[in-house]
Amino acid sequence: MLTFIGEKIKGWLLEVQEYVRLCGAAIRGSVTRPFYFHDVVEQFEIIGLGSLTVVVLTGFFTGAVLALQSGMTLDQFGARPFVGRLVSASMIKELGPVLTGLMLAGRVGSGIAAELGSMVVTDQINALRALGTDPIRKLVVPRLLAGFWMAPVLTVIANAVGILGGWLIAVFQLRVASSLYWSSIIEGLYLEDAWMGLIKPFTLGFVIVTIGCHVGLRTRGGTQGVGRATTNAVVASSVAVIAVDFFVTRLLFTVLY
Amino acid sequence: MQTRTVEGANVPGTTDRPVVVFENVSLAFDDKVILRDVSFTVSEGHTKIFLGASGAGKSTILKLILGLLKPDGGRIWFNGERVDTMSEREMMKVRADLGMVFQEGALFDSLTVAENVGYKLYEETDMPIQDVRRRVEEVLGFIGLGEYIDQMPSELSGGQRRRVAIARAIAPKPRVLLYDEPTTGLDPITASTVDDEIIKLRDLENVTSILVTHQLRDAFYVATHEAVRESGRLRLSPADERKADEAEFIMLQDGLIHFEGNAAEIRTSGDPYLKNFLS
Repeated sequence: MLTFIGEKIKGWLLEVQEYVRLCGAAIRGSVTRPFYFHDVVEQFEIIGLGSLTVVVLTGFFTGAVLALQSGMTLDQFGARPFVGRLVSASMIKELGPVLTGLMLAGRVGSGIAAELGSMVVTDQINALRALGTDPIRKLVVPRLLAGFWMAPVLTVIANAVGILGGWLIAVFQLRVASSLYWSSIIEGLYLEDAWMGLIKPFTLGFVIVTIGCHVGLRTRGGTQGVGRATTNAVVASSVAVIAVDFFVTRLLFTVLY
Repeated sequence: MQTRTVEGANVPGTTDRPVVVFENVSLAFDDKVILRDVSFTVSEGHTKIFLGASGAGKSTILKLILGLLKPDGGRIWFNGERVDTMSEREMMKVRADLGMVFQEGALFDSLTVAENVGYKLYEETDMPIQDVRRRVEEVLGFIGLGEYIDQMPSELSGGQRRRVAIARAIAPKPRVLLYDEPTTGLDPITASTVDDEIIKLRDLENVTSILVTHQLRDAFYVATHEAVRESGRLRLSPADERKADEAEFIMLQDGLIHFEGNAAEIRTSGDPYLKNFLS
């Protein structure tokens, strides 16, 4: 039993070590040559533009349901006009980054793991190396850059659409005056909140993509292994999104406020 | 360092210069021993054919030469440089002289045939795009797949994919080609077209060939035939004694070299394991 636990811990530590090594190599690859510009542009399109629909839909309905729920609660205190403030604060600080992160984990994390995983099992990664290409620079760096820069952009879009969804509910369902909704948003929004909402998605984008790449590149065991890698990537990056969100929030509270 | 003198070493293009040298190379994955104390030399322009049952460590040898795997013990030399201690970055330079045809081809399925074949020239050299395109067309013409240039690998048959993989390996003009089971899973007619490519490259371009296979028919065909160009026409004929002697077989069994010798020697060997394998 003890040896089993020991083996498990050793396996985990090895996994963490490999993950950290991959992150280091990818960061180094982002700032040194050779740089595969064409692949970077392609990944910005796949990860950024490709995730737009799912992020917009998620943001919209989250904002709308937030307005609906908080409207009812705020009514108990006669504070219905503050619904805008609540929607914007929740969306920008927490729900925007986390839900966008979760959507990206599902869409981008799984896609990366499946793609790289099938490249591993069909020897394409070895073929790249044999042809003189570093797979980290060719495959990981473009995805990392795209995830890192597009996650904040997508989050801002999700926030904006969410606040718009909240506005629709506030005006047409809760009968709050439109001007009141917008002014409560502006009054209730602090610069620190905006910083927090903007810094978080950078870290989440980084974590989602690196986990997807790490799990994908360590795929073993044929097509079955690819399936396993895809599931693992989604589970690991989803949990990581929630966990990293907590730690970054904790850190930013100390630094910003 | 182990060397071997070959008759006719003064023939242009065939020297006895060792290109790949293994010295007591050992490798194990966890408890499973893949290679133990394997030593051999491959000379320039020659052919080395590795035979053996599945899991005998044949493909591992190719991956060791390329530096995709590192040995646990022993030394590996390529073109006079010791490669087993090199970093991945240093290996990239060494790989410029090596081409590898992977089992099942390992073509990049998101790229077209042309992009696959010209991959290294497009991505890793400064060669102008028009020149790369010309080279790709030339190489695809050489293997007879010119009309498939803009297709995707998924649209090709198994044999065509294997030949495109050969084209991708030879496009940057490497001096050494490694073939990992190039004919496994192909019908005999398609397999012989792949064998012909291997012979043509070796004899017309003087490419050193290291072939891993358990297809005996193909192994003996490659070892005992040669390609000659006569008044502009290409002809494949049975090799003369000198040429046949340049193709050496190595039989691996449980990570050890069980037999080493040319086609005639392997055929006449009385070794029971070898006899069993050949039958």
